[in-house]
Amino acid sequence: MKLDTSGLESAAPLVGASSGFLDGFADAPSFEVPTTNDFDGFQKEAIQMVKPAKGTTTLAFIFKDGVMVAADSRASMGGYISSQSVKKIIEINPYMLGTMAGGAADCQFWHRNLGIKVCRLHELANKRRISVTGASKLLANILYSYRGMGLSVGTMIAGWDETGPGLYYVDSEGGRLKGMRFSVGSGSPYAYGVLDDGYRYDMSVEEAAELARRAIYHATFRDGASGGVASVYHVGPNGWKKLSGDDVGELHYHYYPVVEGAVEQEMVEVAAA
Amino acid sequence: MESIFGLVGDGFAVVAADTSAVHSILVHKSNEDKIMVLDSHKLVAASGEPGDRVQFTEYIQKNVALYQFRNGIPLTTAAAANFTRGELATALRKNPYMVNILMAGFDKEAGASLYYIDYIASLHKVEKGAFGYGSYFALSLMDRHYHSGMSVEEAIDLVDKCIIEIRSRLVVAPPNFVIKIVDKDGAREYAWRESIRDASVAAA
Repeated sequence: MKLDTSGLESAAPLVGASSGFLDGFADAPSFEVPTTNDFDGFQKEAIQMVKPAKGTTTLAFIFKDGVMVAADSRASMGGYISSQSVKKIIEINPYMLGTMAGGAADCQFWHRNLGIKVCRLHELANKRRISVTGASKLLANILYSYRGMGLSVGTMIAGWDETGPGLYYVDSEGGRLKGMRFSVGSGSPYAYGVLDDGYRYDMSVEEAAELARRAIYHATFRDGASGGVASVYHVGPNGWKKLSGDDVGELHYHYYPVVEGAVEQEMVEVAAA
Repeated sequence: MESIFGLVGDGFAVVAADTSAVHSILVHKSNEDKIMVLDSHKLVAASGEPGDRVQFTEYIQKNVALYQFRNGIPLTTAAAANFTRGELATALRKNPYMVNILMAGFDKEAGASLYYIDYIASLHKVEKGAFGYGSYFALSLMDRHYHSGMSVEEAIDLVDKCIIEIRSRLVVAPPNFVIKIVDKDGAREYAWRESIRDASVAAA
C-alpha cells in the first residue's frame, strides 16, 4: 500500500511563482477568519461547543460481591448527538475501572496516564498492585495541581485491591470522596433515584447488574443528553468483567412491552347526514 | 450547606461539623468527616471547597508532624494556629485556599483553646465560633446559652441545640453531623448525630 503523504505537502507554494510583488500575497495560504468582533469570545464558545461527553450518566456501587459499574454511551455536542457508541467505562488495568463524565479527552488522557505511568510503575517498583485508595489519591492530586486551568473531569475509580472492593469519586475541582454508591453526570439525579431505591448490600451479582442497568436505562429515558447503550461491568476478586451492553431503546421495549389494543380513541367514520 | 461550629468548655473544647458532600443539587455523600484529628491534642474542623479543604488540612497536619520530628517537641495549639494562618496568608496572594478553619486544642499550660481562622487568613482566639450557613443559627444560640466553665454535658446539650436548630430552620440543612472533643486525654470522636444513615456505615 502506498503511503498517503499528501498531508505533509503544503497547500500552496509560499513564494508565488509569478514575479509580481503583490501576486505573492494573494496566493499565500490562508483560512477564513470568523466574522466577529469578539474573537476570544468566539473561540471560547467554539471550544465549549465541541467539548463532548458533558451529558452523561455513569454510576458505580459496592455490594457484597464487589463493585458494579455502569454507564450510557452517548456523546453530545450541544443539541447534536455526536456518537452513540462511546466507551465511558475506561479499563485502567485488569483490576480497576474508571468512568468518564465531563471532557472526554481529559478523562481518557488522565485515566491512561493513571494506568501506565502510575499504576503500572507502582507494580514494577513495589511488586504489588496499587490500591484503589492510592490510585484515586494520585489522580486527585494530579487534577488538583491543574485546578482552575480548564480541566473537566468527573470520574469514579472502582476496583478490587488487597483490602477488597474500593470506590472513589474524583473530580477536576480536586474533590475526592470514598463511598459505597455514586452516580456522576447530567443524568445522575435520575440514576440515583432508581439506585437508592433498589440498593441492598447483600445483592447477588445478577441483581446488582440488573439494578445498574435499570438505573442507567431510567436515566437515559429522562435525560436527553444520555442514551445509546447501557454498559455494565462487574469488578470482583479476579478483576473486572463486562457483563452486558444493551441498547436502551431495546431495553425500553423489554421493560415496557407495547400493550396490544390499548388505543385510547378510535377514529370513527361520521355517518353521512 | 456547610456548617461547622465549636466552643470551649471547662478543660475541653468541642467542635461539630456537618458531614455532607454536596455538588450543586446532589448530596454525593452524607458521612464525610470534615474534622481532622491534627495530632494527639488538636482538632481541625474545616469548611470550603472540597479539594482545598482536604489538600490544605493534610498539608498542615504533615507540616506540624514534621516540626515535631525535627524538634522533638509538639507545637502548642497557638503555634499551630499561627502557622496555619501564615500558610493561608502566603497562599492568599498567589492561589488562595478557599478554607475556613476552627482549630481546637489542649495544652498543659494554656488548657483548652479554640481558634477561628478564615480563608483570608485572619486569626482570632475565641471561646465559641462558627462558619457556613449554619453559623447564623449556631452563633446566636451559643451567644445566648454559652457561659464560661461549661461541663461536657452542658456543651454537648448546646451543640445538640445548634444541630436541631440548623436542621429545622435551614432550607438546605445537612442531615448528619459529627462531634469531636479534645481535652487532657487527647482529641477524639465524641458522637455522630445522624438523621439519615448512609449505606456505607453498614459495611465499613
